[in-house]
Amino acid sequence: MVVGKLTFTKPEREKLAKVLWLLNWISVLTGAILFSLGLFLKVEIERWQEVMSEGILYVPHMLITTGLAACCINFLGGKICLDCTDTNKFLRWKLVMMPYIICTLFFTSCILAGALMCYSVRSQLEDSLALGLRNAMRYYKDTDTPGRCYLKKTLDLLQIQFQCCGNSRYQDWFQVQWISNRYLDMTSSSVVDRLRSNVEGKYLTEGVPFSCCSTLSPRPCIQQQVGDRSPHFNYDQRSQQLNLWRRGCRQALMDHYTGIMQSIGLTVLLIWLFELLVLTGVRYLQTAMENVLRLGDPDSEVDGWILENSLAETARSNFDIIKNMGKCYQVDNDPNINIPTAAEQEVPSRQLRIPVTS
Amino acid sequence: MAFMPVKFNLQKRVKLAQGLWMIYWLSVIVGILLFGLGIFFKIELRKRSEMMDNNESHLVPNLLILVGSLACGLNAFGGKVCHDSLDPIKFAKWKPMLKPFLLLCCGFNALLLLTALLCFLMQFAVYLTLAEGLKNSIKFYKDTDTPGRCFMKRTLDMTQIEFRCCGNNNFRDWFEVQWISNRYLDMSNDLVKDRVLSNVEGKYLMDSVPFSCCNPGSPRPCIQHHLTNNSAHYDYDHRIEELNIWTRGCREALFYYFSSIMNSIGVLIIGTIILESVDMAGLKYLTTALDTMEDPENPECESDGWLLEKGVKETMGELFAKMKTLGKTNQVVEGEDAPEG
Repeated sequence: MVVGKLTFTKPEREKLAKVLWLLNWISVLTGAILFSLGLFLKVEIERWQEVMSEGILYVPHMLITTGLAACCINFLGGKICLDCTDTNKFLRWKLVMMPYIICTLFFTSCILAGALMCYSVRSQLEDSLALGLRNAMRYYKDTDTPGRCYLKKTLDLLQIQFQCCGNSRYQDWFQVQWISNRYLDMTSSSVVDRLRSNVEGKYLTEGVPFSCCSTLSPRPCIQQQVGDRSPHFNYDQRSQQLNLWRRGCRQALMDHYTGIMQSIGLTVLLIWLFELLVLTGVRYLQTAMENVLRLGDPDSEVDGWILENSLAETARSNFDIIKNMGKCYQVDNDPNINIPTAAEQEVPSRQLRIPVTS
Repeated sequence: MAFMPVKFNLQKRVKLAQGLWMIYWLSVIVGILLFGLGIFFKIELRKRSEMMDNNESHLVPNLLILVGSLACGLNAFGGKVCHDSLDPIKFAKWKPMLKPFLLLCCGFNALLLLTALLCFLMQFAVYLTLAEGLKNSIKFYKDTDTPGRCFMKRTLDMTQIEFRCCGNNNFRDWFEVQWISNRYLDMSNDLVKDRVLSNVEGKYLMDSVPFSCCNPGSPRPCIQHHLTNNSAHYDYDHRIEELNIWTRGCREALFYYFSSIMNSIGVLIIGTIILESVDMAGLKYLTTALDTMEDPENPECESDGWLLEKGVKETMGELFAKMKTLGKTNQVVEGEDAPEG
């Protein structure tokens, strides 16, 4: 039972080939779009790579490779479809068509995988950001350690640009020492007291860096003794709310990247649907042209289909082919080797008893 | 004797018409670009108008918008004329309009030249407006409760962060104004009272700057207060400390930004003037070549094309004479009437 059978007359075949040629060229364009989306995502991720503990760069890399593959495969497809209008030219491509369709099917599923990756990477991104930001805050003061010199600048610029403070909230800064010992006067009694007041000997204050200051606050920024209302004059609840950025940087970056990846994922899904459409058209064209060659009459009406037998039978036959491919070096079914059966085993002894007459 | 004559056969005429058509459409795109740049410049001026006391002159962007739209219109018309020029019937429709069109193009070129000059000269006006505007912005930084100035603090903070600058000339401008409002000063505190009384105008002045002056690239946490007092901070020398706060003044930063926009627009306009002149020359050659065909019925015949019918000096002389007679028309008429009366 044939799956998706359609009949094609000669003019319909030629029209199908022309339309597919155009669609293949549009697919080259969408492949370029896919490539540029991957490139854009790569640049965006690398910009804040320092505050992520592990890379999610495999997503843009997947998009870039599938984009390039799309351009090449669809370029070849356009060439094939253009030649399919003429039965003679089709003979050139006859043997290539089936592997081409299988390749395109594989690569179309790669596009789908890329689109799904964009949506599924969210939880991994959140964990990576949580750990990365925690480390960034811990190493904020290490501007003299090679490999971490620019972490302070990156974190400050991040907090300014995304209007966020700390990992989940601004109080995270109270738990790390973000002022280096190089800038602390160890002879001062207040500094020594503070260092001694906690187990790990860290200089912890109720202060935040300047990049946490909100530009929307009506009063000049209060960075020291942030939680305490008494040292500051006229520091009411509302002033406290507006003084620093309330949002955590993890949430800010999550929102930013989720927005980008959702739009990219949607675009890639649309490109996948389009590629599937082109693939179906090419399959119909291939089966129709093969039937034309089988019938021998270029002007006749022929059938085109997606699968010659039903899905179950095709799957079974393909599975058998794969099984037999694996068994090609096993001796059991080779008809050229003489395997003596039970009846044949008696023959040699009888043969020996025949006297040799000269 | 014609000025710069060129001989044309059919092929040359066709090539000229096609090439000129493409150049005209390129000029339309350049016109659209000028229009877009005018709008962009206008938006940028509006965005920073608070830094300029809402006093800035919008002459240059408005002129750019006008010039851009005129360029689109004139060049589209020129393109249509070129497209029709090889068909004698269609071309006959456009023939009478060509002389006024070329004169209009000349006038448009003069307008472009004026715009380019303004782009370069108005930068002085922008500089002065910025100086005055920033001075006032710093003065009104603390007035977040005064209607009309509530957002001055936010705008100035965001400008200092975005353009990486501090103060008007440099960060010391903040030492001369009170940028902390009296609402947030405890007037019962002795220190505060001393400081307020220590200067003639009763302002609370300190050697501190707002947080937006801080440089994120500094290796140490930002020092905002007591900037000139070395002993207030551990291991701090204000004379050699360069990375702590931005050292550039906002007037210089903003002026550099606007002047680079205006310079690029000026250079683009000069390019447009050259392109327009090429258009005009091409159109003049095409029209004269089509006019001087000996046999209008035979498209294969040769013809001459030129830029000016007579030499440059003769044409200038004729032009002056015409202008003189234009001025004297009324006088001549009266003189003629008198003998009859």
